[in-house]
Amino acid sequence: MSQTVPLSVPPQPGPWAVELVGIDKRFGPVHANKAVSLRIRAGSIHGLVGENGAGKSTLMSILYGFYQADEGQILVNGAEVRIREPKDAIALGIGMVHQHFMLVEEFTVLENLMLGAEGGALLKDGIRKARAEVERLEKAYRLDVPLDAKVADLNVGIQQRVEILKALYRGAQVLILDEPTAVLSPPEVQDLFRILDALRAQGRTILMITHKLKEIMAITDAVSVLRQGAVVASFHTQDTNEAALAEAMVGRRANPAVRRPGAPAGAPLLTVEDLSIFDERGVERLKRATFRVRAGEIVGVAGVAGNGQSELLEALSGMTPFQRGRVHVNGRDVTPESPMDPAQARRQGIAHVPEDRLRRAVVKPFPAFQNALLGYQDDPAMADGPRLNWKRVAAATARLMEDWDVRPRQPSLRTSLFSGGNQQKLVLGREMERDPNVLLVGQPTRGVDIGAIEFIHRRLLAMRDAGKAILLVSAELEEIMALSDRILVMCDGAITGELAAEDATEGLIGRLMAGITDDMEHGSRADAAGGAA
Amino acid sequence: MSASTNSDGLPRWATLALLPAINLGAALVVSSLVILAIGQDPLSALAFMVKGAVGSGTGLSYTLYYATSLIFTGLAVAIANHAGLFNIGGEGQAYVGGLGTGLVCLALSGWPWYTVLPVAVLAGALFGAVWGLIPGYLQAYRGSHIVITTIMFNFLASALMVYLLGGPLIEHGQMAPESREFAESTFLPAVKEIAAGLGYRTSTLPLNLSLLLALLCAAGVWFLIWHTRWGFQMRTVGANEAAARYAGINARTTIVVAMAISGALAGLVGINELQGVQHRITLNFQAGMGFTGIAVALMGRGHPVGIVLSSLLFGALYQGGAELSFEYNEISPRLVVVIQGVVILFSGALEHMFRPALVRLLKPKAAASAAGQRA
Amino acid sequence: MSRAIRAALAAAALLSCAFFVPGSAPARGAEAAFFPGVVFDYGGKYDKSFNEGVLTGIERFHRETGINYKALEISNDVQREQYLRRLAEHGADIILAVGFSQAPAVAKVAKEFPEIKFTLIDGVVKLPNVQSILFSEQEGSYLVGMLAALSSKTHTVGFVGGMDIPLIRRFECGYEQGVKAVAPDDHIIANMVGTTPAAWSDPTRGGELAKSQFDRGVDVVFAAAGQSGIGVLQAAKDAGKYSIGVDSNQNHLFPGSVLTSMVKRVDVAAYNAIKAAQDGTWQAGVRTLGLKEEGVGWALDENNAKLVTPEMKAALDAASAEIQNGTRKVANYDETNGCKY
Repeated sequence: MSQTVPLSVPPQPGPWAVELVGIDKRFGPVHANKAVSLRIRAGSIHGLVGENGAGKSTLMSILYGFYQADEGQILVNGAEVRIREPKDAIALGIGMVHQHFMLVEEFTVLENLMLGAEGGALLKDGIRKARAEVERLEKAYRLDVPLDAKVADLNVGIQQRVEILKALYRGAQVLILDEPTAVLSPPEVQDLFRILDALRAQGRTILMITHKLKEIMAITDAVSVLRQGAVVASFHTQDTNEAALAEAMVGRRANPAVRRPGAPAGAPLLTVEDLSIFDERGVERLKRATFRVRAGEIVGVAGVAGNGQSELLEALSGMTPFQRGRVHVNGRDVTPESPMDPAQARRQGIAHVPEDRLRRAVVKPFPAFQNALLGYQDDPAMADGPRLNWKRVAAATARLMEDWDVRPRQPSLRTSLFSGGNQQKLVLGREMERDPNVLLVGQPTRGVDIGAIEFIHRRLLAMRDAGKAILLVSAELEEIMALSDRILVMCDGAITGELAAEDATEGLIGRLMAGITDDMEHGSRADAAGGAA
Repeated sequence: MSASTNSDGLPRWATLALLPAINLGAALVVSSLVILAIGQDPLSALAFMVKGAVGSGTGLSYTLYYATSLIFTGLAVAIANHAGLFNIGGEGQAYVGGLGTGLVCLALSGWPWYTVLPVAVLAGALFGAVWGLIPGYLQAYRGSHIVITTIMFNFLASALMVYLLGGPLIEHGQMAPESREFAESTFLPAVKEIAAGLGYRTSTLPLNLSLLLALLCAAGVWFLIWHTRWGFQMRTVGANEAAARYAGINARTTIVVAMAISGALAGLVGINELQGVQHRITLNFQAGMGFTGIAVALMGRGHPVGIVLSSLLFGALYQGGAELSFEYNEISPRLVVVIQGVVILFSGALEHMFRPALVRLLKPKAAASAAGQRA
Repeated sequence: MSRAIRAALAAAALLSCAFFVPGSAPARGAEAAFFPGVVFDYGGKYDKSFNEGVLTGIERFHRETGINYKALEISNDVQREQYLRRLAEHGADIILAVGFSQAPAVAKVAKEFPEIKFTLIDGVVKLPNVQSILFSEQEGSYLVGMLAALSSKTHTVGFVGGMDIPLIRRFECGYEQGVKAVAPDDHIIANMVGTTPAAWSDPTRGGELAKSQFDRGVDVVFAAAGQSGIGVLQAAKDAGKYSIGVDSNQNHLFPGSVLTSMVKRVDVAAYNAIKAAQDGTWQAGVRTLGLKEEGVGWALDENNAKLVTPEMKAALDAASAEIQNGTRKVANYDETNGCKY
C-alpha cells in the first residue's frame, strides 16, 4: 500500500512558480489564515495538509481569487500580482479543481470545457478549435475523456478529469486540487496520480490539498502543514514520513487506530429481517438484509460505494421507506404500518449521523445552536409551552461544544463558518448525547482531520462500551477494521458476508466486496449468524 | 443571538441599514432624473412627497393607513418565504379575505364594532387562509409550482369577486359593483373617533384601529418564526428540505400550514380597507397591496421589524405621490408608480448590486472591528 | 432582540434623511378668487370618453374666463375621498366629481363641508349642497335605435355594451325601444364586453363581439362601451357595416361607416355647473338632462350627412319633438325595473 505509482525524478531546484507572503485573513471572529508564507517550485507537486479548519481551503481560495487576503502578497513567477476574482487567477495561469465539481451536468464534456471560453460568437468555429486543442491535451497527459458524452452520464473519476482538462484548456500552469481523492475509488486514485505525474513531467505545478498522508508520501515533492491558520512545518517529502506529518498536524503524536475489543456483547438491540428497498423503477436496491447489532457492539458495513450501504442506513433511519422486512429495536417490533419517518425512528431510540452531513444533518445558514436542536425540536426540555427556549438550547450547545471540542466555541456562530470536521463533531455530539439505543453512522470521518478522527473514534468506542449498538458504514476499510466487532460486507445490495473482527483481513473483505462468496467457511458462518436471528 | 457578520464579511449594520439606504438613495437619484426629464424640479417635487407623506398629521395618517395594509401583505409574503415558498397570491388572498370580513360586517348589522371585529378578523383570516392553503396543498402534494398556482388564484379571486359584486352582493339599483354599506355600528373606529374620545377634533381620516392589529400580527409573526417549534421547523423546510426530512419534519404539512398562515395574514387587509375605511365590499379594494407586499417583504428582509419599516416607506410613497399630483398638475399619478417601481427595483431585484462594492469598501474597517472585538 | 433594535435604528436613519430634503413648498393656499376643482375617476382625464368630456367643459370655462382649476386623477379608491376633502380644505368653490363611483365619497365629504358646492356627474347624492346630474341616455339611444332600424337591410341590429351595469342597460333599453318603434319585427343582438371596469378599455374584445354579431346578420351596431367601443367601430369599418358611436361625437373616426353618435353632453353639464357656481345661480338637487335640455342627442355632421336621408332625419326630428313635449314616452330601465315598455 505504499508507492504504487512510478514517479518521475523529483525536479531539480528551480524557480518559484507561486509565492505567498504573509497572507492574513479573517472572517469576523474567525482568524482563518495567520501570516501564512508558502513557496511552491515550478514543476513540482506540493501537498497541503492540516486538520479541518486549519485554513487550507481559505488559503487556496485566496490564491484563486474567491477571497482577498486582508494582508500579504502573492507572487506568480516572481512578480507580485493582485488577484481580485477567479478571472484574474485564470489569466495568470492558475486553475482550480474543486472538491464539488462545477460542471453543467446536462452539457457534453466538450461544451463544459468551452464554457466561458467559447471563442467568438459563432459556436461552430469554436467547437472545431476546441476539439483539436482538447484532443492534443488529452494525448499529452493521457487524460482519457469521451468528449461528446453528457457529463451526467460519467462517473466521478471521469468528471474530475474533465475538471482538470478544463483548467488545462484555459492555460493553467499551476493547478490547485482540493481534496481530489475524497470522492474517488482506489483504482481511480491510481489513475489520477498517473495524470498528475504526467503533468509534472511536462513542467506544470500542482498544489494539492488532502487529508490522506499516504497520498502525500506517494505523489508529492514537498509538503506544508497548516495548523490553526498558520504554516507549522514544511518538508521535502523524501525527508519526512507519515508519523512526522501527523504529529505536525495535530501538534502531538497521533496514535494509529488500534482495535480495542470491548466486553462481550449483550442482547440484540437492533434486529433486521429481510429488509428490502425498491427504487421507483422497481429495482431492488437493498436485498433482504438480515442481521442484528447487539448491545455493546459495533457492526461495520463494508463495501464499494453504491452497493446498498447507503440504502441500508436510509431505510433504518426512516429517510427512505422500505417495502419489505421487519425491524426490532430492543426486542420490540417497530416496523411501521405506513412508511417510517425519521421522527418515528428517533422516538424508537435510533439516532442517525448521515453520510451526507453537509446536505442533510445541518442547515448551514442557521447558527450552530439551532442546528444542535435539529431533529430534537420536540424535546419538551427545550421549550416552555409553545415557545422554544433558545437560551436553554444555546447553553446546552455550549456544553456540547465543550464536550465535543467543537471550535470555535461559539453557539451563535453561523454553522457554515465552522469547518467540516467541527460541523461533524457538532452533529455526532447532537446524536450521541441523546443516549440512543442504536446509532446509525455513515462516513463519520469523511473529510475530517486526523485529530478529529481520533477523537470521533474514541467517542464511538466509548458509546459501544456503554452498552449501545452501533451500525457503522464507512468507505475507509481501515476505519471499519479498527472499530468493528463484526463486519458485514455488501455487494450489489445484498449482504455477501459477515465476519468476526478477528477473522477479517483486507483480502477476505475485498473478495466479499467483489461478490465472491464461494468461500464455504465464511459463507456458512454468515448463514449461521443470519439463522440465529 | 446571531453572528455579527455575514459570510462575505459585511457587518450586520451595513446589511441592515447602509445597504437599504444606498439602494433607496439610488432609487431617488433615478426618480429625480425622471422628474427632471419631464421638466420639473426634482428637489422640490421630492420635498413635496416627503412633506405630503409625513409633514402633517393628515399626511401621516394616510401614510400609516397604507402602511397598515402593506404590513399584512408584507408579513404574508415573508412567512411563506421563510418556508421557501414564493407567495405571489397575496393579492387574491387579500381580496377573498376581504370578502369574509365584508360578509361578517354585512351580517352582523347593529352589533357594536368591538364584537364584530373578532368575528371579522376570524372570517378574513379564514377566507384568506383557504385561498393560500389550496395552492400550498397543490405544491406539497401535487408538485404544482406555487408561483403559478398563486398567480392563477389571483385571477380566480378576481373572477369570484366580480361575479359576487356584480350579482348576488350588489346593492339594488346601484351602478357600481359594490355591496351595500355596512351598518354604522360595525365601522372600525378611525382616527377621528379615537381622537374625539380623547377630546380632540380631527377631520375624517382613513387611519383606523387595524394598524394596531397589524402591529400585533408583526409581533406574532416574529414570535412564531423565531421562537416557536413550528417556526423553527418551517425555517428548516425553507432553508434545506433534505435536512428537514432528516430532522423528522413533515415538509408537506409545514408547507400547507405556512401557506394557510400566509393567506390568513393577507386576508386581514379587508379589516383595514373594508371594515376600517370603505365600509362596503368594493371591487379591487386591495388595489395592488398584495403585490407591493412582495417588495415590502424583500426590502424588510423577511423580518417583521423590517417589514413594518418598509411598509412605512411604501405607505409614504403612496401618500407622497398623491400629494405630488395634488400640487403639480403636470406630474401624472403614473409618475408616482414609476418612482415606486424604481424603489422596488433597487431595493428588491437589485438588492445585491452595491453589495460587492460595499464589501470592498468596508473590508479594512470590518477587519479592524473584528480585531477590536477580539481585543 | 438586538437585531430588531438595530433594524429600527436603521429605518429611523432612513426616514430622517427623507425629512431633510431641501426646498420648501410653494404656498398655494386658499385664494380669494373663484376656484373650481374636479376629481376624475379611474381612466383619467384623457380617456377619450366620459372623463375627457368633463375636461373639455372645464377647459372651455378656463379659456373663456382665464380662471385656473385643479384637476385630480385617482389611483385607488381611498383617493376619491382624500382628493375631494383636499379640494374642500383648499377652499374650492365648486367641486366636480365625475362618475357614479364617487357617490359615497361625495356623500361623506359634502356632509363635512356644507358650505361648499359639489356637483356629481352620473350619480345621485341627496344633500343640500350637492347637485346630481343624470342624463336621459334612453332618449338619445331611442333616436339612434330608430336610425339603426331605418338603415338596416338585414333587419338585424346589434348592441355592444361596456360593463354590465344598469346605466348601460338604460342605453340598451332605449335603443331597443327606438328600433321596435320603427320595425317591431327587427331582431336585436346585444352583448356586454364584461362585468368589471376593465370592460371600458378592451377594444379587442369589443371588436370581436361586433364581428360575431356581423356573422349573425347584424349590419348596424351601437357601441356603448367607452374605449372598447373604438374596437366595435373599427370592426364595422373593416366589415363594411354601420356603427353608432357614443358619449362624444365619434362620426369623424370612420366617416362613411359611423352612422351617427349618441352624444351625451358631459362637457356642457360640467361647463354649466361651474358657470352657474360662478354666477351664483347654482342649485342643489337632482337634474336630469334629456333631449329637451340638450343633454343628450344624435350627431349629424358632414361625416355622416350622406348616410342620413332627409326622410330619416325627418322621422328622428319628429320623434325627438314628441319625446320633448311628452307625447312619446321612452321607458327608463332603472325606473321600470327592467326593460319594460
